[in-house]
This record gives sequence, C-alpha cells and structure tokens, in this order.
Amino acid sequence: MSKLLLDRLKAQFGDSVLETSSFRGDDVAVLDPKVWRAAATFLRDDPRCACDYFVDLSVVDFPDLDESTGRFEVYLIVHSVAKKHRVRLKARLKEASADLDSVSSVYGGADWAEREAFDMFGVRFNGHPDLRRILMYEEFSGYPLRKDYPANKAQPLIEYREGTHDKLGPFLEDEGMPFDRSPVDPKNFSH
Amino acid sequence: MESIDQELDESELELPAEPMTLNMGPSHPAMHGTIRMVLKLDGETVKACDVQPGYLHRAQEKMGERGTWQQFFPYTDRLNYVSPMLNNVGYALAVEKLLGITVPRRAQILRVIHGELARISDHLTCNGAMAMELGAFTPFLWFIKAREWLWEIIETQTGARMTHSYGRIGGLAARDTEDFGARCLEVMPKMLAVATEGESLLLKNRIFLDRTQGVGILSKKRAVSMGASGPVLRSTGVDYDVRKDKPYLTYGEVDFDVPVGEDGDNYDRYMCRLEEIRQSVRIVEQSIALLNKIEKGSPEDEVSVKDPRVVLPPKEDVYNTIEGTINHFKLIMEGVQIPAGEVYQYTEGGNGELGFMIVSRGGGNPWRIRVRAPSFFSLSAVSEMIIGGMIADIVPTFGSINMIGGECDR
Repeated sequence: MSKLLLDRLKAQFGDSVLETSSFRGDDVAVLDPKVWRAAATFLRDDPRCACDYFVDLSVVDFPDLDESTGRFEVYLIVHSVAKKHRVRLKARLKEASADLDSVSSVYGGADWAEREAFDMFGVRFNGHPDLRRILMYEEFSGYPLRKDYPANKAQPLIEYREGTHDKLGPFLEDEGMPFDRSPVDPKNFSH
Repeated sequence: MESIDQELDESELELPAEPMTLNMGPSHPAMHGTIRMVLKLDGETVKACDVQPGYLHRAQEKMGERGTWQQFFPYTDRLNYVSPMLNNVGYALAVEKLLGITVPRRAQILRVIHGELARISDHLTCNGAMAMELGAFTPFLWFIKAREWLWEIIETQTGARMTHSYGRIGGLAARDTEDFGARCLEVMPKMLAVATEGESLLLKNRIFLDRTQGVGILSKKRAVSMGASGPVLRSTGVDYDVRKDKPYLTYGEVDFDVPVGEDGDNYDRYMCRLEEIRQSVRIVEQSIALLNKIEKGSPEDEVSVKDPRVVLPPKEDVYNTIEGTINHFKLIMEGVQIPAGEVYQYTEGGNGELGFMIVSRGGGNPWRIRVRAPSFFSLSAVSEMIIGGMIADIVPTFGSINMIGGECDR
C-alpha cells in the first residue's frame, strides 16, 4: 500500500531519489540531501501522501563509510494519520559537508529532534531557529553518540556560570527578590 | 466605613512592567519530573518559555551499542519505569522484526495482558499524580492502592514489581503461573470500581474542573505536526492508536475502543487516560479468554520460540549436556546473532508511539538503538500549551503530559 509513497517520491524527484527499499515492510527512500526539505514538504502537502504526522528524526553514524557514501545517515520518518502509511527518508552526509536543511518549519516535532541530532552527532541543520544542545549541557565538548566518542571518556566539571547567558542563566539580576534579608534600598520606591 | 486602600493614589503606584525571568525546576516540588523551565513572566502570565530536558540523561542509546542485543532489556525497563512491560515488548518486537521471527501465540497474548496491566498502572499513576498536584491527595492514594494490586500480579509472574526485564527476544522469560488468569480476572472489576471512584472524587470538584477545563490547550494540527502521541494526541480528537491502526501481537483479535477528546486541554487528557483504563480492562478480560482457549501442549502453548540461536537452553541442559553449555555460553558471550539491516518498530506505549529504530551490521551487538520516546515529543509541545496561560496552570498542564524523565531524556 505504501509503495505509493515511494512511487510518488520517485515521480516527483526523479534522480534525486538515490535508492528505495522495503525491508521488512519499512519503506525507505534515500534522497539527495539537496531535496531534503522539498521532499518533506511534498510528503506533507501532497493530498495523496498526506504525511502530516511527524514520527522521528535521528542519525546513524557509519564512520567507515565516510569516503564512499557518507558517514552520517540522517533519517526522517513521517506518517499519515488519515491514510495510515509511513515512509522513512534518508540522507547521507559526508563528514566535511555535514549539513542539511532543517525540516523544523515543515514539522514542528523536528525542532527538538534536530536539536538532539545536533547534540549527539554534531549534524548541523541549516535554517533551524534555535540549534543548541538539548540533552547535554552547553559546555559539553564532543558529540557523544558518534562512534569515535569513547564511552568511558570523562569531562571536567564546568565552571560556575557568570553573567547573562541567553538561554541558560539561572539567577540573573532581574529575578525578583534577593535571597538575603538585606534592607531594600528606599530610593527604588516612589513613595 | 471607608475602605482601607483609600490612601493609595493609584497614579503613584508603579508596579514593575518589566517581564520577570523565573526558573522552574529542575528540582521543584510541584514539578512532575526533573525538568527545567525558564519562564518569562508578565505578572502571572507566561509570556515566553524555554523547556529544558536532559537532567536524567543516562546515555542509554550509547550503552545499548556496547552490550549485546539481550542486554538492552534492563535499559528498556528504565525508560518509562511505570510501565516497563510495554517497553520490553516494544524492543523485543523490534529485534524480532529484524530477525524475522514470530513468537508463539501464548507469548503474544501474555505480552498483551502484561502490557495492558502496565498501561493501567501508568495511567493510574499519571492521573493520580495530576490530581495530587492540584491538591487532591485522596485520588492519588486511591489509584496507587489499585496500582499495587496490579504490581502484585506482575510480581508473581516476573519476580519484580517494576524493573522486571520479563521480555526476551523470541518470547518471555518464564511461563505464567496457573492462577494468573484468575488473579487478573479478580482484579479487573476492582479496577473499574477504582476508576469510577476516582471519577466521582474529581469530576464534581469545582477546583479540579476550573484548573483543567480549557487550560493547556493544544490544537489538533499542532499536535500532529509536533509528533505528540498517545493520550496527548487523542485528546485533541485524532484517533491515532498504534494498537488499532497497525495491530501487532493479538490486538487485532480483541474488541476495544479508542477514546478521543475534543479540545485537547488538561481535562480531555485526563479523561482519555481514565477511559483507556476501562478499555485496557476489556482487553485483559478478552485476552484471558483467548489464553484459556489455547490447547494444552500444542506449539501455540509455548512462551518462547524453540530456536537455540535466539533463546537460552533450559537450565538442566546447561548443567548436564555439553551442547547446552556451549549454546548458553555462545548466546551469553557473543549475543544473539542478528542479521544486518535496519528496522523501525513501533508500538503503543503508555504515553503513545514508542518506537525502536535498530540498526544491525551483523553480529551480537547493536550498531545503533534509537528510542523514539513519546514523551519527548509531547514535551516539546508543552511550551505552546502554557504560553499565554497563568504560571499556576503550568503544574496541571505539565502533569497531564505525563512526561517520564527516564523515557524523555533516555
């Protein structure tokens, strides 16, 4: 049934659909990274596909394939609630050009999923509104789910955060009452 | 008598107009989990919100790549730790899909029953905690009492109350006891009674209704686009339930309804969960009838496949025959050999679509195990629900999402 989706993709994007498969009932289309966002938009908007439901986006790392097909395999699964079919799109990225268009403007759920992919693999998504770490902390160095990140690596404790971080900052200056009981400066009151 | 605030000249009273930044969490008594929200407040109204998960991140996916395929089961217990069986089954089905095997009928039905018991306990916990966060402590105790009955049954079958690792690749760890069906059937009517009691405690309560109805609304379109699933999605009116839309195990043979809401507010999410408890009771009762129909001693009556490449040999063989010893040794030391390939298998977890994307390049170790955690995506929709609302409404809204830290942060 969902062979339809692969056929629709092939008809629409032609040679940009590099390969397709249906292993164990999972329909997969490997795409040229250039049509990544266009394909996601097409799947969502085409009335015969109607893949409006965002399922998942993540990355699989194949460090030994970076010379041939590309090291990072980004996949995106979308589903149609009405038609009950789904398809998995894949884009293979070489290490050096590890960047891809963000689909967060197409699927709201891709916002956090892309942040996690960036956090864990360092894949950058062009046009993502707020690409920063989500599960790890800002000061963490490296990308933990890459195969070349040693699982037993320890990272140093981080410094106490000073000043105004845009998104982090606990205890900024304007956060209400001070914690000590020092008397309030009377000139701050108008009467 | 003159009013006491007569002295105050309103023109002189200047309240700060600047928005205030407030940190809520990660460790806050009113928060449902370990999560941090950075809020921008104008008075008590939430103007902007940044939800920051990750405080319970334990690198489960990385750990999964380092062990054998079987060794991931205890980690799945610790995803949504209130309903571990659903996670066990989700992962087992994913590996079995890659292997291309189907488990015997008895194992399938038992997986359904245990899964539904876990789902009931998950929904009881969420609804109870949500009521408790609104100040109603009694329903919480009521529901936890009922959850205890379920966990007693689960303990008799699996040996543990919560993190039981009862699932196996190719079946289950052990056969059910003789009285399993009878015990379930004894508890199920009591479960319905508890659901009704919980309803009567809350649904005529003005405070509960005011703080849930029309609060924390998520639109249908956004819920679908955000990948929200389970009761969060169904409360908006989308009837997407994996058990119905792509029946796995024996869900196709039992009769149950998928409750949907209308408004996508806290009340609808609460009611969806409550109704799902009743539907799960129906599934359990019908499944036990299916279980009793299985002919004793037939191939259907097994709880795991008879494939020495997948399932450990019986203990008496391990200790008494050399073949059994070698078989056991190979499976433990090298792991179940899974052919190369990748599959995405999804089931209906306690919070919605629980997916496992597993990649194998052959051999006994996974290349990648990705857990598609339902509450991660539900949580990403939270900021939309609470912006524009009052700060006090964050607590019930966040409670109704049922974000489970273990699953969300993995």
